[in-house]
Amino acid sequence: MSGAAAPAGTLTLRGERSPAVREWLALVRRLVRRRTALFGLAVMLLTVVVAAAAPVLAPFDPIEQNIGDRLKPPLWSDEAGRRHVLGTDHLGRDLVARVIHGARPALLVGVAAVLISGILGMLAGLVAGYFGGYADDVLMRLADIQLAFPFILLAIAVIGVLGPSLPTIIVVIGVSSWVVYARVVRGSVLSLREREFVQAALALGGRDGRVIFRHVLPNVFTPWLVVATLDMARVIVIESALSFLGLGVQPPTPTWGGMLADGRVYISTAWWLATFPGLAILVTVLGINLFGDGLRDTLDPRLTV
Amino acid sequence: MKVYLARRLAQSVLVLFGVSFVVFAILHLTGDPAAVLLPPDATVEDLQKFRQAMGFNDPFLVQYGRFLAGALQGDFGLSVRHGEPAFGLVIERMPATLQLAGAALLIALALAIPAGIVSAVRRNSLIDYVSTVVALLGQSMPTFWLGIMLILLFSVQFNIFPSSGRGSLDHLVLPAVTLGLFTTARITRLTRSGMLEVLNQDYIRTARSKGVSGPPVVWKHALKNAAIPIVTIVGIELGTLLGGSVITETIFAWPGVGRLSVQAIYNRDYPVVQAAVFTLASTFIVVNLLVDFMYTYLDPRIRLR
Repeated sequence: MSGAAAPAGTLTLRGERSPAVREWLALVRRLVRRRTALFGLAVMLLTVVVAAAAPVLAPFDPIEQNIGDRLKPPLWSDEAGRRHVLGTDHLGRDLVARVIHGARPALLVGVAAVLISGILGMLAGLVAGYFGGYADDVLMRLADIQLAFPFILLAIAVIGVLGPSLPTIIVVIGVSSWVVYARVVRGSVLSLREREFVQAALALGGRDGRVIFRHVLPNVFTPWLVVATLDMARVIVIESALSFLGLGVQPPTPTWGGMLADGRVYISTAWWLATFPGLAILVTVLGINLFGDGLRDTLDPRLTV
Repeated sequence: MKVYLARRLAQSVLVLFGVSFVVFAILHLTGDPAAVLLPPDATVEDLQKFRQAMGFNDPFLVQYGRFLAGALQGDFGLSVRHGEPAFGLVIERMPATLQLAGAALLIALALAIPAGIVSAVRRNSLIDYVSTVVALLGQSMPTFWLGIMLILLFSVQFNIFPSSGRGSLDHLVLPAVTLGLFTTARITRLTRSGMLEVLNQDYIRTARSKGVSGPPVVWKHALKNAAIPIVTIVGIELGTLLGGSVITETIFAWPGVGRLSVQAIYNRDYPVVQAAVFTLASTFIVVNLLVDFMYTYLDPRIRLR
């Protein structure tokens, strides 16, 4: 646990940094020592850069079709001497360009959905843990109901009714993924509620809202962050699963899952079509998982997610 | 203990009601279930007649009451596409899904528990290292990509296993491995961390100092205590497996509930979708209730509550 544990205004020789900042710096130093976590972070940053700079990095237009050059194998060069390093798909589109552009919907859905479910789960966890009683019962039963559904089936049923679009996908994944956050936050709040600094704040007449936001919230942030990181890996897999089933971001926007669905059709003639988009998902998700594991081991080793 | 079991049973019934409400609400998400169920080219008169016939003009709660009464008797209406009762179509395909999920769970347990135990007992050995890396990869790999790669390798290249359909045991191998990998990875990591924690406990040290050593400590003293979280996660993983069947069955053309529901969503055959979601969610709730009952047997501390 970090944050409010250190009393403010402690005498320090070089007093320019607040205790909270110093604790975070110490955590970063410990995190950096874990090589796998650092590797994961590097992969994550690389994916973000690739997604952001996709139009600059991609050697070709990802949706420009060239039927004459369809299903060419990796390293094939066209008449103009331009090399298609990963080959072309069934419409003659360059696979490198498509894999690079596919990072965009994946990361966008990943970040946006995690923010929605993270905030919902944080609020539910704070309320359930802090107030307990009736509110806790209701929220935890809602969590049980949510968990009873096979996630992907519920998601495709809802998206099937509403029609697939980027906002729908983000909201559906975001709204139905709050439970992990709520459970972890609730657990932390239950033990924080008994701690002296919370009891003291209450004894001094602090209102519930103030105690929650000033004293409890800063201390549940680290477990929340660990859950959010690991959950982003799951959300990216779900986004690509939805695209794979044709219920994700719609063509012609390139998505890793959609490319895999195309690749599955041509599995016996063009192995590269399904192989490379899948590798892109694997590397991205692996990077996030490695970073998340490292974050957990550094911040909160006893947390089970 | 009786009180505890009775309370768990009551909770499960409550959750089942919640599930039925969500399943009912799926159709009403857009506010006009008639437009969702009828083809887009239906005329205004068609829509109105249909609304009247289906009772969509009645108050929301009346409609839910009618849905619930039907659902409890296994009546979800007729399949729009097949003209047969939707629930019958789902139940017909249930054995295939349970067979696939069961085989996947069996593979997962058979691989994960020994791997987890050996990893924990021989910590930092080569075996520990390999199984940790494999588990991490397994958790980061999208199911559908693994399935396609297995088809590419074992069906297209070497022609060892069939790539689609259900029939002989050979048909089961690739889908079961595909579906089971994620669960294998999860249970391996959980078994390893659970065993590591138990092996550090006082009673293990006591057993060792009394002269019990080697395998008996692991089997008799440690595994029994590490089994509790494993049993819990098996119940939860069943949800993952039932949900994962949606994707795996689609890839391998496995004639189960998952594939039926994906096709039903493409055909806008919502009675079938509702029946499938409800059946899978209920299966999950019942299995987890059974797991909880088993728990009270494994962990006497719970019996005393």
